[in-house]
Amino acid sequence: MPSDAAAHAVHAHHFEDAAQQRHAVTLGMWTFLVTEILFFGGLFLAYSIYRWSFPAAFAAASHHLDIVLGTVNTAVLICSSLTMAMAVHSAQMGGRKSLIAYLVLTIILGTAFLGIKAVEYAHKFEEHLVPGATFRLPPEPKGAGHVVDHDQAVAAGVPSMEYPEPEELARHAQIYFSLYFAMTGMHALHMVIGLGLLGWLVLGARRGRFAPGLDAPVEIVGLYWHFVDIVWIFLFPLLYLIGRHK
Amino acid sequence: MSERRPGTNYLNVSYGIRSWLFTVDHKRIALLYLGSVTLMFLLGTVFAGLVRLELLTPAGDLFSADSYNKIFTMHGIVMVFFFLIPGIPAVLGNFLIPMMVGARDLAFPRLNLLSWYLYTIGALFTLFNIVIGGVDTGWTFYTPYSSAWTTTNIVPVALGIFITGFSSILTGLNFIVTIHTMRAPGLTWFRLPLFVWAHYAMSIVVILGTPVIAITIVLLALERVFKLGFFDPALGGDPVLFQHFFWFYSHPAVYIMILPAMGVISEIIACFSRKRVFGYSFVAASSLAIALLGFLVWGHHMFVSGQSVFAGLVFSVLSFMVAIPSAVKVFNWTATLYKGSISFDTPMLYVFGFLGLFTIGGLTGLMLACLGIDVHVHDTYFIVAHFHYIMVGGTVMAYLGGLHFWWPKITGRMYPEWWGRLSALIVFVGFNLTFLPQFIVGYLGMPRRYHAYPDEFQVFNVMSSAGASILGVGYLIPLFYFAWSMRYGKKAPDNPFQATGLEWTTPSPPPTENFPVTPVVTEEAYAYEKMPIPAGGARAV
Ligand code: HEM
Ligand SMILES: [Cu+2]
Repeated sequence: MPSDAAAHAVHAHHFEDAAQQRHAVTLGMWTFLVTEILFFGGLFLAYSIYRWSFPAAFAAASHHLDIVLGTVNTAVLICSSLTMAMAVHSAQMGGRKSLIAYLVLTIILGTAFLGIKAVEYAHKFEEHLVPGATFRLPPEPKGAGHVVDHDQAVAAGVPSMEYPEPEELARHAQIYFSLYFAMTGMHALHMVIGLGLLGWLVLGARRGRFAPGLDAPVEIVGLYWHFVDIVWIFLFPLLYLIGRHK
Repeated sequence: MSERRPGTNYLNVSYGIRSWLFTVDHKRIALLYLGSVTLMFLLGTVFAGLVRLELLTPAGDLFSADSYNKIFTMHGIVMVFFFLIPGIPAVLGNFLIPMMVGARDLAFPRLNLLSWYLYTIGALFTLFNIVIGGVDTGWTFYTPYSSAWTTTNIVPVALGIFITGFSSILTGLNFIVTIHTMRAPGLTWFRLPLFVWAHYAMSIVVILGTPVIAITIVLLALERVFKLGFFDPALGGDPVLFQHFFWFYSHPAVYIMILPAMGVISEIIACFSRKRVFGYSFVAASSLAIALLGFLVWGHHMFVSGQSVFAGLVFSVLSFMVAIPSAVKVFNWTATLYKGSISFDTPMLYVFGFLGLFTIGGLTGLMLACLGIDVHVHDTYFIVAHFHYIMVGGTVMAYLGGLHFWWPKITGRMYPEWWGRLSALIVFVGFNLTFLPQFIVGYLGMPRRYHAYPDEFQVFNVMSSAGASILGVGYLIPLFYFAWSMRYGKKAPDNPFQATGLEWTTPSPPPTENFPVTPVVTEEAYAYEKMPIPAGGARAV
């Protein structure tokens, strides 16, 4: 019976049935995402601790991020989440053409994100904001409001943590940029892996591998992609926005 | 799969090196792991031997301080990351969990194979590093020494450990999903063997802990290679943060090692005292409690790191609490033994060894959890003795006990019982002779990680080195008779010990698909009152 053969193709031999396989695959992906949360959690924790210890340096350093590019990138990424969700929907509905279209769109948006990120990185190199021997924190633009003469501030009884000496400020700003590169770099690496997975889905979709009921791979790559987006949704305010008003 | 030829099993369905290197059968992967893990254990033992050889005399006469640092570091790294952590789960867990839950394989067989490859690649990386000069930071990699000062190969070793970490994560993930989704009909959570519960709890620890050490290693490597500042005070960072990250994984890691060991112990105790495990649900729940509480006590490794006294107090109290679930297990095992019809076969002898050593290790852990005592013995041989009692006394005893217990199932052959008992005895004697003196010498003030020491400590060190050589013999004997038994051992029946559990209902060695038909479970685990007492025929050789 042909229907029997189809039912057989649905699940690997060691599962009892397709439902069991689907359950397993989804649970597997969620479990993996838990490990990802803890992985990024380490970075977020380090960031929080240092932000708390060196508020002035972190505020000063965050002024050197490009808020326009950051915002554009956030928008790009949110759009890619949307196209990914549409791809999952298409796979469930069995629309092969639309599935491929949405996957390709997601790939384009993801690549755009990485391109913009690369531009930002290049700027940081030019501005000597990469930690190391050549690191220089440019003086604050006038009216930024929070760089006062250190001695005066301390004499006035303000804690030196809020008005550090310039060298100290620069040293702690280096930590900010170390975290910036580590966090956005890790995020970008996850995007690259995600793009690879999306490419793999496109190949599979062209061979018609994903029919309704057979869409678990699309679904779990979708979960992964949304997760990576969500990480960015936390990174963006932490790195670009907090402290700007000062 | 009824077309199976009679007499085929997972070992002889196909031949050739390719059929092993590309297998997705969890049982074959377990054997691949058995091979690699055994090699790493031997390697770690060689380093240990060198350490004990140097410490035979007070003078640092055999190695320079630098070489000595590299030797004990490699000993620690190989043993912790490549033997103790993967040991029981990757070998026994891999082999048994699908069978114990009545499944045909783990949920993700290809990920399982990948995890063996990752383990192997990570191990090769680390071994390669030994060839090009080693690492001298100790297995703890404390910054800023590791990130800014040492000239040794931190990055390749860190990479090796990072890759191996992924192998653990994949194994843990596979176990969690398998236990959740692939249990046979009728096999409810509270009918699961305690071995499965223990591995489930261990997997949770792996899933929550390993990513944290992974990111810590990444940050360490970034600091070292690109001079990004995270932990180095010269760059404005905080080395204590590294310690928090490190121990947030590495304390729970001791539970990654010991929880599976506890699972093995429960199975063997029930079988060789012919009784249900006393307080089954408490033993199961205590595994979960250990897994969760284990994440709250890392700060007891940092009592003298400069963390606040308040933090020290909190970590001290929490450390006392984590001892409770371990004690629950020990008491329940003891109650299981009570009025049991106990037989002293090899696996059981290893279990008795475990109970003694683990209890000593646990009680000294309680001493260490007291702030005052810890300040006195911190970084002395007392610590070394404590964690060897727990990790080696606990994990290795259980590993060997479990290997004997399931050897007939794995290979279809019996091991020679007399030699087995002898090895268990030698290991126990050798172990205590090695590590008991270290408690004393540590309490007297001998610091760890030095290659020379004051003359007055020599007696204890000679005892310890002598013990180590006895222990080494104890470990080698099983290697020989296990190898021997694979060819010449007596053919094993399906259930030589008359044990309960689904794995014993299938042939020895099992067919590739584990069970000819999916089993249906109708009762609790450990219904030993219904099992015949084995005549001793199968066991006596
Ligand atoms: C369950 C099994 C356990 C294992 C496998 C284990 C393992 C270890 C290891 C590996 C170390 C040494 C780390 C190093 O290299 O510095 C250690 C130290 C320590 N352990 Fe345990 N342990 C266990 C149970 C306990 C318990 C129950 C307690 C407390 C109630 C405890 C308290 C301590 C303390 C306080 C130290 C640190 C001492 C110091 O470095 O000053 N341990 N343990
Ligand atoms: Cu600990």
